[in-house]
Amino acid sequence: MAKILGGLTSSHIPAIGNAIAKEMYEDPYWKPFFDGYPRVRAWLEEHKPDVAINIYNDHGLGFFLDKMPTFAIGAAHEYKNDDEGWGIPQLPPFPGDAKFSWHIIEHMVGNEFDITSCQELAVDHGFTVPMQLFWPGLEQNPNFPRAIPISANTVQHPIPTLKRALAFGRALREAILSYPENIKVVVLGTGGLSHQLDGERAGFINKEFDKMCMEKIVTDPDALTKISREELVLNAGAQGTEFLMWMMMRGALGDKVNLLHSNYHIPISNTASGLMLMECVN
Amino acid sequence: MEVDHHIHIPGTTLFDGTQAMKGFALNKMCYSFNWKVNRDEYLADPEAYFTKYGLNEEQKNACRAKNVLAMIAAGGNIYYLAKFAGIYKLTVQDVGAQQTGMTTEEFKEKLRRAAD
Repeated sequence: MAKILGGLTSSHIPAIGNAIAKEMYEDPYWKPFFDGYPRVRAWLEEHKPDVAINIYNDHGLGFFLDKMPTFAIGAAHEYKNDDEGWGIPQLPPFPGDAKFSWHIIEHMVGNEFDITSCQELAVDHGFTVPMQLFWPGLEQNPNFPRAIPISANTVQHPIPTLKRALAFGRALREAILSYPENIKVVVLGTGGLSHQLDGERAGFINKEFDKMCMEKIVTDPDALTKISREELVLNAGAQGTEFLMWMMMRGALGDKVNLLHSNYHIPISNTASGLMLMECVN
Repeated sequence: MEVDHHIHIPGTTLFDGTQAMKGFALNKMCYSFNWKVNRDEYLADPEAYFTKYGLNEEQKNACRAKNVLAMIAAGGNIYYLAKFAGIYKLTVQDVGAQQTGMTTEEFKEKLRRAAD
């Protein structure tokens, strides 16, 4: 049967992709950020997951406002990125696991999560940057896993609630654990932490709120479901709603987790960056 | 009757159904900038491109002025507007600075100070 090893969170700011392309690992601006990652890579090297379920939010590449799924699950054999309007380099296709995707889709809809299935899905920086951070070299990396993208809407209100995000993760956990193949799975929740790009409030960052979220997501994620969507915008910034992805990831890890590593750094681009590695206890 | 679904957060326009209806043409144009062929077509004749996507005068004026707050007021969504900004090589710090009335350096300093 499939096994969940643990969960990873990471910010996914597009500028990180540029910094990776330019190998700015020792640059004074970037070093405090990149220095968080070797511990997570060592864990991945040790445990070698076969599949990464990458929960991210599309920012206007894979989906447009003509049709905006609240939750979408990739069901493709491979996923491609694109330049997103900024000339981001074309990366080699990311291998998927379509059979496993359909198992998850069957289970989620059976459990009343009415998702959108995607046999083609262009993946943007929300998906690609964490893959580059966790598996440097991507397809050149001998431990590069197959990936299944799951995207939640944070582009357009109404966005899902934190409660629904956590419940989604818990249903995803059941879906993964009921898959009969002997594979090891890691779940990624990408995005955040606090930031706001738009309006006169642009540049808003809230260290205290982020730190509280990073603590509670380990010990008591249910407490975070009390935060309304508007309180989330107020406290985390308009784009800090990406914390939803972290909650979806957390739900998939089960009740108890061991926090093995975390890093928090302000600022990367306009954002407070957060990194966590949580290992499943059961 | 208009129903307001949201609390008011200063300096923040929640992009909801009301904004989505208002900004559809503008956001659709900006979405098209995902692809270089469209960026090239826009740069060759911005006015023709505005017309092709059916922008209203408010949206056209906001785009002509490259004024991000005006584009948001005209229904623009920041994720799509970022692709418009990309055409002019504006970073998110440049966009933040413009919206807050700072220089880009002042805006970057504001971000750094958030760590204190």
